[in-house]
Amino acid sequence: MLRAPFNLKPVGPLLVIFIILLVLPPIIPRFYTYMLAVIFVTALVAMSLNMVVGHGGLFQFHHGAFYGVGAYTVALMLTKTSLPTWVGFVAGPIVAALSGLLIGAFCVRLTRLYFGMLQISLGSLLWAIAFRWYDLTNGDDGIHGITMPSFISSQNSAYYFILIVATICLILMYMIFKSPFGETLQAIRDNPERCEAIGINVRRHQLMAIVIATFFAGIAGVLFVVVEGSVFPDLLFWVFSLEIFIMCLLGGWFTFAGPILGAAIMVSLRTFVGIYTEYWTLILGIILILLIFFLPEGVWGYILEKFGGQAEEAVEGENE
Amino acid sequence: MLRVEEIHKSFDDFKAVNGANLTVEKGELVAVIGPNGAGKTTLFNLITGQLKPDKGKVIFNEEVISDLPPYQICRRGIARSFQIANIFPRLTVFRNVQVSVLSQQRKSRSLFYPAEKLAVDETNSILRSVGLSDKAGYTAGSLAHGDQRALEIAIALGNEPELLILDEPTAGMSPEETTATMDMIKQLASSRGLTILFCEHDMEVVFNAAQSIMVMHQGLTVIQDKPNEVRNCREVQECYLGGAEPC
Repeated sequence: MLRAPFNLKPVGPLLVIFIILLVLPPIIPRFYTYMLAVIFVTALVAMSLNMVVGHGGLFQFHHGAFYGVGAYTVALMLTKTSLPTWVGFVAGPIVAALSGLLIGAFCVRLTRLYFGMLQISLGSLLWAIAFRWYDLTNGDDGIHGITMPSFISSQNSAYYFILIVATICLILMYMIFKSPFGETLQAIRDNPERCEAIGINVRRHQLMAIVIATFFAGIAGVLFVVVEGSVFPDLLFWVFSLEIFIMCLLGGWFTFAGPILGAAIMVSLRTFVGIYTEYWTLILGIILILLIFFLPEGVWGYILEKFGGQAEEAVEGENE
Repeated sequence: MLRVEEIHKSFDDFKAVNGANLTVEKGELVAVIGPNGAGKTTLFNLITGQLKPDKGKVIFNEEVISDLPPYQICRRGIARSFQIANIFPRLTVFRNVQVSVLSQQRKSRSLFYPAEKLAVDETNSILRSVGLSDKAGYTAGSLAHGDQRALEIAIALGNEPELLILDEPTAGMSPEETTATMDMIKQLASSRGLTILFCEHDMEVVFNAAQSIMVMHQGLTVIQDKPNEVRNCREVQECYLGGAEPC
């Protein structure tokens, strides 16, 4: 189908960022390599959430559950079965998407807050399974020391693997964002009744968006296991879902690249402010209050607004 | 082409539409008139599926459509505009119409092809015909009232309907704008071979434009006939024109 290429103008600066990220690991301290990898993974899950929240206008309040499902799927398959690694890696996103389909099918029958409430409940069920089913999941201890295949077992190689997979995902997401599907999704966000009146099956469209978004969340979950080598029930806890929701708001949820920035800000805050005080969320709270008053479109939204409206096209899809 | 038979709809105890009948023949320009609260908008919502009737049915091209969801009704060839501008405020004018054209072409769920390269000619042609070409890049929410009304019609045209339903297309317009809009609608009807059903409260507009007029009063169809017959109908004069001398 790809006869005509996408607009290629912004590729230059993005390529530069990508190359910088490629050459960084050997020259920066190990800890920063790890932190960048965490940012990539978190950015990917935030981006996948923003597909439904920012572009779809759905109150996907428990997106973390699907991220956790992806992570647990790969962790369980690598520790409890002798299947090849790649099977686990592929199964992660697929199982996440299936759970997205199941939960989404119930949720899209409701609207707005009711959608969100139902999703928190159903997502929390998944959390309860991870938390309580000791025999399978080790409960609150989680699963640790998951061995990765040799090509991604060192920190740097894991970093490259994550960088490349996340980049591919971002490109795919950008294509979806700009496709008729993505445009229609944004139209549904703006005005679902009108979409229904122009021949669009709104619920099915929303469900499809949820499945795609949870698939990408599942990929992020797999990458989480690659970087951490462990899983624990907190991944599926609603607090984490709230955090990724905030990342979208922080970065700018009507933009494509905003959540990447939001994720980078959140992870950095947690890491650096977290060193000095365990109350780093207090700082986050203050930042959020300021944001709501002064940058309601998010940090990235503000930058786009300030420095050229159509610059969105030029810088969208920035590589973390 | 379209037949509405003895349709009823009540909200709690209020009977909004209480036995309305309507016939629209292919190629006609049909108007529904009636005082405020007569049930015109409710009737349109019943035809296009936003509301489900309590009783009675809507038949379009020999098929009962009154139990279909709105998107199915649209796919059968009925598009509509709304009384209050019902657009996609965050999208550009171009994209507002394009979304509709893409839906018509069944491409809404295409995933990996850039939308900006699809349905461009169709969209531009519609924008031209409603006079919005020069504003294609504007964010729809920032348009002036009159332009939003035109966009409203453009979105409906994107579906290439057989039957176009316009709910008070000239609501809130000055007399000049009203004339211009009605001219545009007549022009669209002839150039695109559209059948148009609209409602309106400006009598002048209705009697000049419509080939058939249906009068509603308190949810009931009083009469549907040619403009002259309607003008001379005693019941209409009593209930709607307040007994005034026919002009």
